[in-house]
Amino acid sequence: MPENIVIIGNGITGITAARHIRKRSNSNIFVISSESKFFYSRTALMYVYMGHEKFEDIKPYEDHFWEKNRIELLFENANGIDTIKKQVNFASGNILNYDKLIIAAGSISNKFGWKGQDLHGVQGLYSLQDLDLLEKNSRNIKRAVIIGGGLIGIELAEMLKSRNIEVTMFVREKSYWNSILPAEESEMINRHIREHHIDLRLDTELDQIKGDESQRVKSIITKTGEEIECQLVGLTVGVRPNIDIIRNTDIETNRGILVNEFLETNIENVYAAGDCAEFRTAFPNRKNIEQVWYTGRMHAEAIAETVCGIRTAYDPGIWFNSAKFLDIEYQVYGLVNMKVEGEKNLYWECHKGNKSIRIVYTDECVIGFNLMGIRYRQEVCEKWIREKFRIEKVLENLGEANFDPEFFSQYENELVQKFNSQHPGKNILMKRKRKLFNSLFNNSVQ
Amino acid sequence: MNEQLINIESPPEADHSVLKKTGLTLFSIGMLFFLISFSSVTDFSPVLFFILAILLPCVGALIFFFAQLKGTLPGVRKNGIQFLSATNRGMLGWVTAVFLTGMYILIYWFPELLENLIRIFDPLSYTLNGNPANQWFLYGTLYTLAVLVMGVRMIIQNRHNKYQIIRTFSVMFFQLILAYLIPMFIQNGFYFTYFWPLKPEYLFPSSYSYLVSSGGLGMFMFFWAAMMIFIATPVLTYFYGKRWYCSWVCGCGAMAETLGDPYRQNSDKSLTSWKIERWMVHSVLVIITVITAMLWIDNVNENFILGEFVHSANKWYAFFIGAMFAGVIGVGFYPLMGSRVWCRFGCPMAAILGIFQKYFSRFRITVNGGQCISCGNCSTFCEMGIDVKSYAQRGQNVIRSSCVGCGVCSEVCPRGVLRLENGPVKGRYELNKEYLR
Repeated sequence: MPENIVIIGNGITGITAARHIRKRSNSNIFVISSESKFFYSRTALMYVYMGHEKFEDIKPYEDHFWEKNRIELLFENANGIDTIKKQVNFASGNILNYDKLIIAAGSISNKFGWKGQDLHGVQGLYSLQDLDLLEKNSRNIKRAVIIGGGLIGIELAEMLKSRNIEVTMFVREKSYWNSILPAEESEMINRHIREHHIDLRLDTELDQIKGDESQRVKSIITKTGEEIECQLVGLTVGVRPNIDIIRNTDIETNRGILVNEFLETNIENVYAAGDCAEFRTAFPNRKNIEQVWYTGRMHAEAIAETVCGIRTAYDPGIWFNSAKFLDIEYQVYGLVNMKVEGEKNLYWECHKGNKSIRIVYTDECVIGFNLMGIRYRQEVCEKWIREKFRIEKVLENLGEANFDPEFFSQYENELVQKFNSQHPGKNILMKRKRKLFNSLFNNSVQ
Repeated sequence: MNEQLINIESPPEADHSVLKKTGLTLFSIGMLFFLISFSSVTDFSPVLFFILAILLPCVGALIFFFAQLKGTLPGVRKNGIQFLSATNRGMLGWVTAVFLTGMYILIYWFPELLENLIRIFDPLSYTLNGNPANQWFLYGTLYTLAVLVMGVRMIIQNRHNKYQIIRTFSVMFFQLILAYLIPMFIQNGFYFTYFWPLKPEYLFPSSYSYLVSSGGLGMFMFFWAAMMIFIATPVLTYFYGKRWYCSWVCGCGAMAETLGDPYRQNSDKSLTSWKIERWMVHSVLVIITVITAMLWIDNVNENFILGEFVHSANKWYAFFIGAMFAGVIGVGFYPLMGSRVWCRFGCPMAAILGIFQKYFSRFRITVNGGQCISCGNCSTFCEMGIDVKSYAQRGQNVIRSSCVGCGVCSEVCPRGVLRLENGPVKGRYELNKEYLR
């Protein structure tokens, strides 16, 4: 009899696991979610609010996909796990037995105990329910205050601006997202946010939120005592693993569900992956908890192999991520702003201040790329990092990395000139054209 | 949560600038004069009414589009496109569709009702080719004006993207010069930007004898038509994909990429629609190929049994496919089915180009590593109804016979995942297994 594989959570992690298990096995696969029956792209919620897409458009698969692939979607609220009886309990009273259980329950928005954080009109932005709430909370309002300068914060700002709502954005740090972005890029985004008429307040913290008699938010007060009237407060101060489901079980947790490199918990046949998993030992230059779309997907790919009998460790590979800050696209490959010993930075920024290229390297080899407003090829950048290309060799071939559309201006030469001028005696010449296929398939390029 | 609960409302309207209001005012006054021009009052002064009824709406629209330059920063701005009833198949969309469809029906089959309107085009027609205007002159002029005015809008909206700017200039140029002005001057209704089988009659025996008998220019035009479809099309498609024609040169493409741009999200992306599309577009190609071949057989062999039948089949084709599908539905249904209804479901030229693109071309849309977040913008704004994300999210290059290479998927992608590229034919179908399994 085929075994029951139960997956809690239908985000990118849970769904990727289900799809890959189906490719390899004949098991019964159940995917449980109380958020939405069908998988949708969480990162695309903003486009529904802004009116770029309908909800239907952000579903990665048509609805008939699931039946065809025999993946059973359960629109249920799982509220407990019994690891002895090997069953999942639902709020509805139903019970589902599992042979193998994968917990991919994602995250929940942080709240740091501010006074007034539970007033009407105060919310985070993570789930479909949050979007629905935002739709109600943002109706006919004039000003919103967003607390937190991360990726969700800037997305929320863009969303609200698209509805002609004035936005004030509090960032605790001295510059936007500067724990991740190097100083110049962070400063570029500061400027860009303000260019979009978003009232960016750096180095500013929330003290409390004040409500009116109907328990609806009416203003916020900063740590310096300033009061700002607003009808909506967006709390986007990060997310934390959603581990409510395993309360009262003997599955070990810290901030997240503790797993080894095989994404196995301390209980046999119970796995955790994606945002809610925490590695007992972090991979080099990585965090214990990885809360990114791409890592969630990669966790799931490894888990699918393991669940299907080929025990496979998660291989984090070379770090990459991407985002879009209003109109500026961002891509990163490898180690950037990690203060690696002996690192040097080659940085070029266009005169308009909205595009930049940064290459991080050591005396031996390049270790990272950071792009703003310019697209680079992942394959090429990773190959250079993995195969430890020296900076000179990378600069000579930099044209191959460019992934911008045809006819776009290419700035690689300016970067090479900058390197030459900083290193008297060096005279690196870039081979002008993008030659992708040399770089990918031809071993003569080294 | 049940997705039906999500109730995204249209936002309150932003303040429109004085400039925008000025543009709208001029446009509306112009449209009033357009209505008035259906009456015989145009006899009073055709030139004046041409200016008021035709040029004034264009000027008003242009002012409105230029006003956007002031209020917005360059970048992808699709805000509210799913809320506005004009663009989300709402009431205004219906009104527009009925109006466009109705105009086509009037022009094609009831030109006598447009008599007074046609007369205001006389001065321009006399200037260009010395003849009075007829319904086709009216049609050609309005068509070209729509491409030009909405082309300006397209360029303003995409001013951050050089590919779109250059491509839009290209369709505007080909429409204005090669599909409008030159045919007007040489006065024989031959368009240098259309070839068999999109204009099947260009390779019919009748036009062969007509063109060849009319001297050197006629000979040139016949061989131009033959050379373009049999030599230039395969060669150019091999190097650049079908985009060299469909989204850079073709007149239907010019309209789709300019007037049709606000409606591109209304194309159906489902697997079912893809199936229907393949059956329909290839059937049309087979039918017109058979008709053309039979006409030639009939022409050479006077005892051809099916001769009578073939000529009536050709008439039916001209009515149902040439006029109804390509014209009336092709443009009239923009607001309901997206801007490429004809190109996708009916155009036999697109079918040929598509076959080349799929099997003998260096063109593909490359997917960048494992960076797709399945947000769906690429699919939503694909006017050809290709579910682009279904390729991107599995790391597979997009190679579809229908892709016209407009480049909008690459433009709206928030993660820089897609790039239109020409490269070796070998290996272009391979999955990117390194990142996505």
